[in-house]
Amino acid sequence: MKKENIIFSNLYGKHDESIKGALKRGDWKNISKILKLDKQDIINKIKDSGLRGRGGAGFSTGMKWDFMPKISGRQHYLVINADEGEPGTCKDRDIIRNEPHKLVEGCLISGYAIGADKCYIYIRGEFYNEAKILQTAIDDAYSKGFLGKNIFGLKINFDIYIHYGSGAYVCGEETALIESLEGKKGQPRLKPPFPANVGVFGKPTTVNNVETIAVVPTILRRGPEWFSKLGRKNNTGSKIFCISGQVNKPCNVEEELGVPLKYLIQKYAGDVIGGWDNLLAVIPGGSSVPLLPKSECENVLMDFDSLKNAGSGLGTGGIIVMNKQTDVVSAIARLAEFYKHESCGQCTPCREGTGWLMRVMKRLENNECSLEEVQMLEEVTHQIEGHTICALGDAAAWPIQGLLKHFKKDILQRIQKKNVA
Amino acid sequence: MPKIFINEKPIKVDDGITVLQACEIAGIEIPRFCYHERLSIAGNCRMCLVEMENSLKPVASCAMPVAEGMKIKTNTKMVEKARKGVMEFLLINHPLDCPICDQGGECDLQDQAMAYGKGFSRFVEKKRAVKDKHLGPLIKTHMTRCIHCTRCVRFSEEVAGNSQLGTIGRGEDTEITSYLEKTIDSELSGNVIDLCPVGALTSKPYAFVARPWELKKTNSIDVFDAVGSNIRLDSKGDKILRVLPRINEDINEEWISDKTRFAYDGLNHQRIDRFYVRDSNGDIQESSEETVLKLLKSKFSETDKKKIFSFCGNLVDCESIFSFKSFLKKINSNNFDCRQDNSFFIPKKRSSYLFNSTISGIDDSDLCVIVGSDLRKEAPIIGARLRKKSLEKDNNYPVIRIGYKYDLSINTIELGNSYSSILNLQKNMYKKLISKAKKPLFIIGQGPLCSPEGEEIFNYILSIHNSLVKDVSWNGFNILQNYSGRVGALDLEFYNNKTTKRNNIKDIYNGNYKVLYLFDADEIDFSKIPEDTFVIYHGHHGDKAVSRADVIIPMPCFTEKEGIYVNLEGRVQISRQIKMPISDVEHSWEFFNKLLIEMGIERDYNSLQELRNLMFNQYPNLMKINECKSEKMFKVRSVKRSFSKNDILSNISNFYMTDSVSRNSPTMSSCSLEINNNI
Amino acid sequence: MSTSKFKIIAEEQSQPLTFNFSSENLTKAKKIIKMYPSNFKESSIMPLLSIAQAQNHGWLPKKAIEYVSNFIEVPEIKVLEIATFYSMYNLSPVGKFHIEVCTTTPCMLRGSDPMLDLCKKKFGLEIGGITEDGLFSLGRVECLGACVNAPVVKINENYYEDLDSESLNKLLDGLKMNKKVKIGPQSKRKGSEPVK
Repeated sequence: MKKENIIFSNLYGKHDESIKGALKRGDWKNISKILKLDKQDIINKIKDSGLRGRGGAGFSTGMKWDFMPKISGRQHYLVINADEGEPGTCKDRDIIRNEPHKLVEGCLISGYAIGADKCYIYIRGEFYNEAKILQTAIDDAYSKGFLGKNIFGLKINFDIYIHYGSGAYVCGEETALIESLEGKKGQPRLKPPFPANVGVFGKPTTVNNVETIAVVPTILRRGPEWFSKLGRKNNTGSKIFCISGQVNKPCNVEEELGVPLKYLIQKYAGDVIGGWDNLLAVIPGGSSVPLLPKSECENVLMDFDSLKNAGSGLGTGGIIVMNKQTDVVSAIARLAEFYKHESCGQCTPCREGTGWLMRVMKRLENNECSLEEVQMLEEVTHQIEGHTICALGDAAAWPIQGLLKHFKKDILQRIQKKNVA
Repeated sequence: MPKIFINEKPIKVDDGITVLQACEIAGIEIPRFCYHERLSIAGNCRMCLVEMENSLKPVASCAMPVAEGMKIKTNTKMVEKARKGVMEFLLINHPLDCPICDQGGECDLQDQAMAYGKGFSRFVEKKRAVKDKHLGPLIKTHMTRCIHCTRCVRFSEEVAGNSQLGTIGRGEDTEITSYLEKTIDSELSGNVIDLCPVGALTSKPYAFVARPWELKKTNSIDVFDAVGSNIRLDSKGDKILRVLPRINEDINEEWISDKTRFAYDGLNHQRIDRFYVRDSNGDIQESSEETVLKLLKSKFSETDKKKIFSFCGNLVDCESIFSFKSFLKKINSNNFDCRQDNSFFIPKKRSSYLFNSTISGIDDSDLCVIVGSDLRKEAPIIGARLRKKSLEKDNNYPVIRIGYKYDLSINTIELGNSYSSILNLQKNMYKKLISKAKKPLFIIGQGPLCSPEGEEIFNYILSIHNSLVKDVSWNGFNILQNYSGRVGALDLEFYNNKTTKRNNIKDIYNGNYKVLYLFDADEIDFSKIPEDTFVIYHGHHGDKAVSRADVIIPMPCFTEKEGIYVNLEGRVQISRQIKMPISDVEHSWEFFNKLLIEMGIERDYNSLQELRNLMFNQYPNLMKINECKSEKMFKVRSVKRSFSKNDILSNISNFYMTDSVSRNSPTMSSCSLEINNNI
Repeated sequence: MSTSKFKIIAEEQSQPLTFNFSSENLTKAKKIIKMYPSNFKESSIMPLLSIAQAQNHGWLPKKAIEYVSNFIEVPEIKVLEIATFYSMYNLSPVGKFHIEVCTTTPCMLRGSDPMLDLCKKKFGLEIGGITEDGLFSLGRVECLGACVNAPVVKINENYYEDLDSESLNKLLDGLKMNKKVKIGPQSKRKGSEPVK
């Protein structure tokens, strides 16, 4: 993508992340002008830009904001989901530590648009050093008069608080995050009611991902048309991709949506270890989406719709690359262990199912399963999928479904070989 | 009223109900574990999933509100797959120990596994084992059986209000426990046994005692407090094995207190089943009915009738009270009373001793003032009802409290501990608050009413009540009675009109009486009775009175006879007979008839039916079973404006031991030891 | 597979007899409470437990849980629920350096298992163990969210990234000898840029 279109120019932290550097890079420029825009105008602009949530679900951000009640005078909240923990994903961390002002500014603008005067940034507790940088950014924004009471004399009040998580992946689910913010266990809520009606502290709330909010100021500055021209139809803009696993140069990189997966891996990550032909499979959107075998990786484009059509998903944009030296069963078994560990334990299918999946996967890894059990494993994933309160159940099911969809033959062969021996 | 379609059949239902409730109305059963009508919706068991048009996934019917035109299906492949799947998940880690599980035969999981279970297991991994938790003397735990429905946790937080149960850990390692296995300190804790859909929480006293299908079930009412909770007594042979609540929306909804549930084992201990007479050495000796009849005949004939005083006890049924009173009238003895505590009331004015708003009236009230009543100890069911009211959504329900502080888990406005703090009600800020109420509720406890300032407190509160209430249909002046037999006794006028304000107890201690007849009454300090007072104790438990009584006459206890009770609202209910009286002990009316024959006095009735007819003639109210006649308040003539600095105390200090039965209950004594020491 | 050993409530002999916030933390705590609406005092449980844990050498004794419960007037069980639900709270003592090795798939693909083994062998520890001198304790964690810098190890509040046996060994030796060590990637790069 063209250098001038890059939003996160300090993604790698090569420049000053403090307010001085941020101002130099153009953050906070004409912020008072943006805050003079009508709220609905901002929402419409974000709608026009085609921005879809960067946290995994890919829902239209403008539409989400539009769900918020429009009666003024009521307490609304903006909550930022900085509980980054989806395996394969580490983009928000870079934004928080290297581009904190993009996030803080985004909070102010988004909060203003949805009628919130308070914002909580829920950051995972492990990001201790990152949160310290973010807190400095917030403090600096206060002292510059960008936050606080009656900002720029526009009668806009805005406060930002950081709330630390304490180690629970499920809190990345927006209602679990709200529960956690209310000092409860991070157990997702039943919907309806949706957070836009009853959110944190019982008040209308919008929960957005860090990356989503951090691109908002740039979109408003450069115009929704600019953003919508990047990427592909319905999959506009750029996004940070995290390329991890068996590549020569694992890295984060901002690229336009719709960039070919192969291009991403080869251009930025120095190709698969052992060369492209040594590729076995890729999990293209964080651990919760089904993997794609090499054949699918050849031409697939990295955006919401293309990956959905390929039987996977863009998710968070966390690309986990596995080469032919990988035991794909144990790679997925490790994910099964992850989901078992992170299940909140509230609803039956996930609480009981994730443990079951993990145990069968462990046995499959050690080649201690019967042929029938492979069939059963698949059935169990379908017994979890779609039956749980939140998407963690689905997320636990899909990696295994992806594995069985593309590698069942190999797995069955392995079992048969052992049976013969 | 939205119209929805369930399995293609249209049905009109009330707005605001859930799909699960709508299906029930349509006669379609939806399996469920975590859902409970009286608790918040958790939606966690996922058993109630149904198909909804335009939803890719099945939805939890317990949590989904109905909406116009909604199309629900409960009989599709999708639903069947969901139910079978969830059932399998619930069973994989559930032990296969039904044969040794107390829940067996009345287990939701067992029942639903029959309908939706596979009949075999595909789960070859090791099953989860969970350490059992100590929750106190009442609740036995077998936590491996827990299916994490969280009903018990929600009950503890929402109904009992003390948030002592919670889930610790997460994922499949989630466990239900109290903080570091502390004993649950709640008077309603036993209800979690009923709520638990599996055998994780069972009754400790009932452990391994019986199977549900072996039990004879008798509907009855509770007599351990004045609420009159509706209960079911389960018995085998002549033993009561457990007590369960029955739903009565007007009284106890579906909860009962721990005393109601567990004090029954006191019925098998320290029972009086024969006659005793104290000999000249002061030793109590077994005797015979003939001897006792002769002895009493001579006592009653030789003693000046003015020197005889009689008390009837706190837990006595109306028939027995009536028989005792008619006996006393026959022998021209007019000094009798039902109030060993000297509690204030106004003769012949029912509204002066009733909970006039009724219990369900709490739901309609808009403010509550509690004066010296410990609702947790005196009537936990009413405490829970009040709590429910105070927690209603978007509802600002002020609860003002005067006197003794205790944890009611309600946000209360405290006006002070002393009698004089009642005057704070007239302070501007509180006056303002109270004057806004259209349906105020005043609850006066027995503590202040039994004190020397009882009458003044009564008048003071009544005058405030009267000044606020303009609506003639509302009576929010409530006396919280503590004993099941008290209202019945007052209705039957078991008192001497002329002496209701006299301190009878003091007279007894002062030796004003030569013969004291205690009819199942033993709440007095026996050490203070002068030596030359002849004490007759007619009761069913060898409790406090036996050490002092000169004559002991046995009587059946309340499960051994049928009897009418009037609860604190004035509601008439029947307590049923479960078994024959112990050692064929005589009913008290039979004994009084024999005594009349011995004394050569004519009898008025010869059977229970005749006794009842006579009673109903004089007190027709008692005929109206389950009814609760509303009463109007009256004007107060003079109101005193000064009160003492003394603290207002509750009449009951130990919830677990309030009468001769609960004092003899092994379960109640272990509660008393473990829980009261815990506070 | 079961819950981490650090999540099991410590034996009585390890439990301190009292716990009180230091005056510095008391000021912090009062500030924290003000962050949330006054009728949602539970919101402070997590941050208060975190400062309590930091004050008590990385773990939460029973007294600290009771202290927090008392401090914001929330039932003890609710505080215990939080302390046991979230994986970052330790309920038994940890080492001065609490090593947590990420072993989720992205790290596993880049050799986190040898890193874990290295730690085990170096200190003779199993997962959930603590060295006799109380200097090191070892845990396994799920995804730390630094996947492009795998394998990653978290020691106390710091991440150490782009590890291999040599750099991890050096790092642990450095800590043991109380030397100042480099936080972040142990390779040549600064952050997540593509550098081999």
